[in-house]
Amino acid sequence: MTLTLTNIAKTFPGGTQALLPTDLEIARGEIVSLLGPSGCGKSTLLRIVAGLEAPDPGAQIRFDGEDVTRQPVEQRRIGMVFQSYALFPNMSVRGNIGYGLKMQKLTKAEVDVRVEEVIALCRLEPYAERPITALSGGQRQRVALARAIAPRPRVLLLDEPLSALDAALRGELRDELAMLLRRFGTTAIFVTHDQNEAMAIADRVAVMNQGQVVQIGTPEALYRKPATGFVARFVGDAMRLQGRVEADQLHLDGGSLPLVGAAEGHATYARAEDIRLNAEGPVAARVETVTFLGTHYRIALSGAAPGPLFALHSGLSAPQPGETVRLSIAPEAILILPEDEVV
Amino acid sequence: MKTPTKLIALIVTLLACAFLLIPIIQSVQAGLTVNYFRGLSSGLTLKWVGEVWELYSGSIFLSIRLALACLAVTLILGVPAAYALARNPGRASRVLEEFTSLPLAIPGLALALALLQLYGTYQGFRTNWSFILVGHVLYTLPFMVRSVLSVLATIDLRSLEEGAASLGARPARRFVDIVVPNALPGILAGALTVVTLSIGEFNLTWMLHTPYLKTLPVGLADSYASMRLEVASAYTLVFFVMIVPLLMAMQWASARAQRNMQ
Ligand SMILES: Nc1ncnc2c1ncn2[C@@H]1O[C@H](COP(=O)(O)OP(=O)(O)OP(=O)(O)O)[C@@H](O)[C@H]1O
Ligand SMILES: [Mg+2]
Repeated sequence: MTLTLTNIAKTFPGGTQALLPTDLEIARGEIVSLLGPSGCGKSTLLRIVAGLEAPDPGAQIRFDGEDVTRQPVEQRRIGMVFQSYALFPNMSVRGNIGYGLKMQKLTKAEVDVRVEEVIALCRLEPYAERPITALSGGQRQRVALARAIAPRPRVLLLDEPLSALDAALRGELRDELAMLLRRFGTTAIFVTHDQNEAMAIADRVAVMNQGQVVQIGTPEALYRKPATGFVARFVGDAMRLQGRVEADQLHLDGGSLPLVGAAEGHATYARAEDIRLNAEGPVAARVETVTFLGTHYRIALSGAAPGPLFALHSGLSAPQPGETVRLSIAPEAILILPEDEVV
Repeated sequence: MKTPTKLIALIVTLLACAFLLIPIIQSVQAGLTVNYFRGLSSGLTLKWVGEVWELYSGSIFLSIRLALACLAVTLILGVPAAYALARNPGRASRVLEEFTSLPLAIPGLALALALLQLYGTYQGFRTNWSFILVGHVLYTLPFMVRSVLSVLATIDLRSLEEGAASLGARPARRFVDIVVPNALPGILAGALTVVTLSIGEFNLTWMLHTPYLKTLPVGLADSYASMRLEVASAYTLVFFVMIVPLLMAMQWASARAQRNMQ
């Protein structure tokens, strides 16, 4: 299903502008992630699409062209996975998964067949008869997904579905979820504040900040061509290189770096993986800490720019804290972005 | 060291039990002896129980009917009210919740007087059993609301309902499929409390009753006042037989509700 959102805004009764007017178009079968820091309006946007929250007047939500803006949630034929899962404690796993099908007035036999299908797809066979209270967090998460997908919704909406799990399980289920969503082929919106999750699961990522979608694109496009400093910082942890730009040179405290193209009046950023330790490098910095991460070292540097910089260094040995090292950054790896509002 | 303390504890417990139980046993025994003043030697009999049945079976049935009607009304009013309070947490809800508890703080007599002042002149109503029912509902409704509310407060009702709505369930369906089953322990505990309170209520009922509308406790007072002691004691026995199973069920249900909350 194609999802078209036009002029979606939300002002809560208290006067909080949770969402500024937003337009978004999601293609059939596409998985879009809403990525942003806490309180930026991700859940609000998702809940408006679901019909759990009413947008401000002037908004329009279309499912395959059909205007559903005024439809209540129960008529929209959506599937929703909640952060808390919201599984029904008074029903078994099977009962939960079959509930949406029962609401569609399918016969008992049809419901059973479809529930079996979904149980197999989500690998829930061993737990089908269990009450919800007898499941682990990961199992509950899968039941929540199975329940949402069983009635074949027009769009699947997931609000931080992995955030209630511990870190190890989150990584595992992230990949499983990405695979399952692809297999369902359903149009989906996935809310998260974790860039890795968004990158792993989504076809396109909409980065949100303070009630606005700041940039939307494929994970790769966002990483390589961030539109603002906020996006660069949020996707791929770019660090600000605070210095003086002059012609095609960036003058930092520890030395000068060459730039590609004019950058006057712009802010410059670089990512840890692009900062090289290089004996002939033009910038001097002092090593503060060194963290061994298996495949590489993560080195905190001071003196090159006002804020701390981090460099990823692969090699068999690393400099010691307190040493002075020299750095280089390839000119094309330096991101030249418009100056932000507030950092 | 340990044994003497335990022994003392045991003795104290037994004494407390005896203090509570002996009058009950005595009363039950009085209801079953031929002549209380001559004691057990006069022999045992069910005659007094039979007499109670003959004289007061109307009261027994009236009390049961009242209790069931009161239960039905408190269910119909109380469960949706508790649901509304749980769904709209806010200042207004808290105030309303306090209001529903008001009848608990007001003596039954005052409540009855108010009812009499308001409706006493409507003859058909005044002499109908539904007049007493109104009093019982006023008195027991807070217990139902509180009991259901305490269970609902422990579950994330809003999310559960949103979950059901996202799966296509309309509001009425959500109430039946999600709200009621999850509130069931509270409803059960509330129902048993309501029935027990309604059967045992005396203050208010005594003010509202007419010679033709005597409930079980009113009949009991009447029998102590005007019958021989054996009949009154047999009456107590009948009362126990009715109320004790209810009390036990109530204990069981509230234990269940408690367990459910964990
Ligand atoms: N019901 C509400 N009433 C008033 N303000 C609200 C309400 N719901 C959300 N807000 C406000 O709207 C803003 C956006 O909230 P939203 O829940 O959409 O954020 P989010 O991006 O999902 O954050 P998180 O990652 O913490 O879930 C926040 O400032 C929040 O305080
Ligand atoms: Mg949220």
